[in-house]
Amino acid sequence: MPAVQETIDRVAAIDVDKYKYGFVTDIESEKAPKGLNEEVIAFISAKKGEPQWMLDWRLEAYRRWLTLEEPDWSTVSYPKIDYNDLYYYAAPKVKDAPNSLDEVDPELLRTYEKLGIPLKEQEILAGVRKQGEPSELDEAGESNPYGRVAVDAVFDSVSVVTTFKDELAKAGVIFCSISEAIREHPELVKQYLGTVVPTSDNFFATLNSAVFTDGSFVYVPPGVRCPMELSTYFRINEQNTGQFERTLIIADKGSYVSYLEGCTAPQRDENQLHAAVVELIALDDAEIKYSTVQNWYPGDAEGKGGIYNFVTKRGDCRGKRSKISWTQVETGSAITWKYPSCILRGEESRGEFYSIAISNGHQQIDSGTKMIHLGKNTSSRIISKGIAAGQSLNTYRGLVRANPRAKNARNFTQCDSLLIGDKCAAVTIPYVESRTGTAQFEHEATTSKISDDQLFYCRARGIGEEEAVALIVNGFVRDVIQQLPMEFAVEAQKLIGVSLEGSVG
Amino acid sequence: MLAIENLHASVEDGEGTREILKGLDLEIWPGEVHAIMGPNGAGKSTLGNIIAGKDGYEVTEGSVKFLEEDLLEMEPEERAAAGIFLAFQYPVEVPGVATMTFLKTALNAQREARGEKALSTPEFMKAVKGAADKLGVKQEMLRRPINVGFSGGEKKRNEIMQMALLEPKLCVLDETDSGLDIDALRIVSEGVNSLRSPERSFLVITHYQRLLDYIEPDFVHVLAGGKIVRSGGPELAKELEARGYAEFLEAA
Ligand SMILES: Nc1ncnc2c1ncn2[C@@H]1O[C@H](COP(=O)(O)OP(=O)(O)OP(=O)(O)O)[C@@H](O)[C@H]1O
Ligand SMILES: [Mg+2]
Repeated sequence: MPAVQETIDRVAAIDVDKYKYGFVTDIESEKAPKGLNEEVIAFISAKKGEPQWMLDWRLEAYRRWLTLEEPDWSTVSYPKIDYNDLYYYAAPKVKDAPNSLDEVDPELLRTYEKLGIPLKEQEILAGVRKQGEPSELDEAGESNPYGRVAVDAVFDSVSVVTTFKDELAKAGVIFCSISEAIREHPELVKQYLGTVVPTSDNFFATLNSAVFTDGSFVYVPPGVRCPMELSTYFRINEQNTGQFERTLIIADKGSYVSYLEGCTAPQRDENQLHAAVVELIALDDAEIKYSTVQNWYPGDAEGKGGIYNFVTKRGDCRGKRSKISWTQVETGSAITWKYPSCILRGEESRGEFYSIAISNGHQQIDSGTKMIHLGKNTSSRIISKGIAAGQSLNTYRGLVRANPRAKNARNFTQCDSLLIGDKCAAVTIPYVESRTGTAQFEHEATTSKISDDQLFYCRARGIGEEEAVALIVNGFVRDVIQQLPMEFAVEAQKLIGVSLEGSVG
Repeated sequence: MLAIENLHASVEDGEGTREILKGLDLEIWPGEVHAIMGPNGAGKSTLGNIIAGKDGYEVTEGSVKFLEEDLLEMEPEERAAAGIFLAFQYPVEVPGVATMTFLKTALNAQREARGEKALSTPEFMKAVKGAADKLGVKQEMLRRPINVGFSGGEKKRNEIMQMALLEPKLCVLDETDSGLDIDALRIVSEGVNSLRSPERSFLVITHYQRLLDYIEPDFVHVLAGGKIVRSGGPELAKELEARGYAEFLEAA
């Protein structure tokens, strides 16, 4: 079945005002008291069994945060968040730490099942996923063999189950929750945590440093090609819980890892805050590919509810010839504020950013990337596809900078916007700063509308209007979809259809 | 199959409403091939577009019936599923959408609308290969985004390939011959001829008698001034080729 057909099936299966993932799992949770103060931070740290140095690190961040002002420079607007009216810690009650899926709360597994995430797929978990037939079509995701995926599922704040740990361990790859890493691999965490996104970085990152509760940790040793895609599904479940994930990925010399992050959140009346920090470090000749499909609840038809997503994602190409590539598909959240960035420090290092950002209804997206060229002969590439429908606002904000030592820095940027209807808007704000005469920066931007002729052509062939829009949009974003690992490409194509539902007619 | 009676249609342009079709009558029975010829701007494409269901034309009078159904009440995709196919005079580019994907989406959408089962990938591949081979369309072409960067002739050939795959009941060909080289004209005509059957009808819009040497029509009509001003057999096309439209333009 072509992905487009699945998209339509999926659209058809969904009620206009009912977000598919808007259900609540009833699991007893253990919460920290509401509000934020040093006791709450100590509570979180104690819950995690953290050493003193970690608590000190958090407290230092907290004290700094108290001196910071919330940023207001992006184009998004939202009611003021009362940081003392949130819970900063909520863990599903675990009777005994689960070793296998059998021991995981069945209620939780049912949640994942509803989400349709691969955790439930026994063959994947067992590592015996069917090898599909070779692709007859060159379309991303059609009849492609599924690779194996290791899943570190994050349910609210606690990483519940980690699969494939053993096999990864054999390869020397460490893939665990950040809490576990703090306990089991303190030397690595101490060496790298906060070296890409310092505790002082920005309002949300500083807050995250003080109160982060969980997230993933990956270390790939020198020369190792990680034997499988690593994947985390985030999910916000507890009412009024801020999510403060912290992810740290280190690719040591000559290693390679591909990491997938996916998110869905249940429906909520009140806006929920999500302020994650992701740090990537690539040493000499290492490569990290980080892919995100984000479809958090965007709010109802009037824009009420929905997730506030204020994320700091940054990769440091610290080594020579290292490479970091961000690919993102953003379809959800009421508000997205997100700029996955690359610091191109190592000579000849390369940064890439591929993005699809879809806004519909009343969503506001302010996203883009920063490519900071520090080393000689560094290069970067930015492909951004923004799709605005309904009454949404879709802003691309990008910065490409070459420092004086970044001789022969090269960048290619392409920003394409597609408008559906006439009540939405797309804005492109590219900043370019070159402090070396030898830099070569190229920028291309286009804005287009789905033309009536295209729609009629599709309809005259029997394709209904909504399906035609999904088809045309999937074509528009094809360059980026092709960057995604197969598992995600299919999901992304479905999401595109779902998120554009009701955008025509 | 198709019955058009006293069709009046107009468009809104900068200066106001302009009537383009002014009382057009046309009847096509199953298995028949009708050719429509006429000067530029006569309303030939307008007729094709109205049959296929394009927005922007207002039908002020008259009726269009297809297999006893009121065609004007149907959405374009419903018409396609019911068996109407328009080979566009100017096929539209859809960037990033592989021809193969487009075809599969279209075919399965039509099948679903008719309550038929969707084709599996192997079944579809077989069907598309059959159609592509018939029209000399290379596999490589099927992987490219539909119509994007296709030459004029390739676009036309692609339209007929789609027609062969979708197996419509009424095929409207809008100047499919223009832009085709001599060999392509023959291949496309053979493709069309192989689809001729007692159940399938054709409405062939063309400026050139040459196409009608290959696709022999049962009837030839002259569309001028928004009406069919003369109808006849294949010999009428030859006459037009020799004499032009001057007499009809005066009459209109
Ligand atoms: N959407 C529209 N808006 C304004 N005018 C239109 C529109 N569509 C068609 N027309 C006009 O109606 C007339 C008929 O156009 P049509 O395309 O049907 O002609 P045609 O017979 O197909 O000509 P050709 O042989 O050049 O293809 C032309 O004068 C054209 O400019
Ligand atoms: Mg025409």
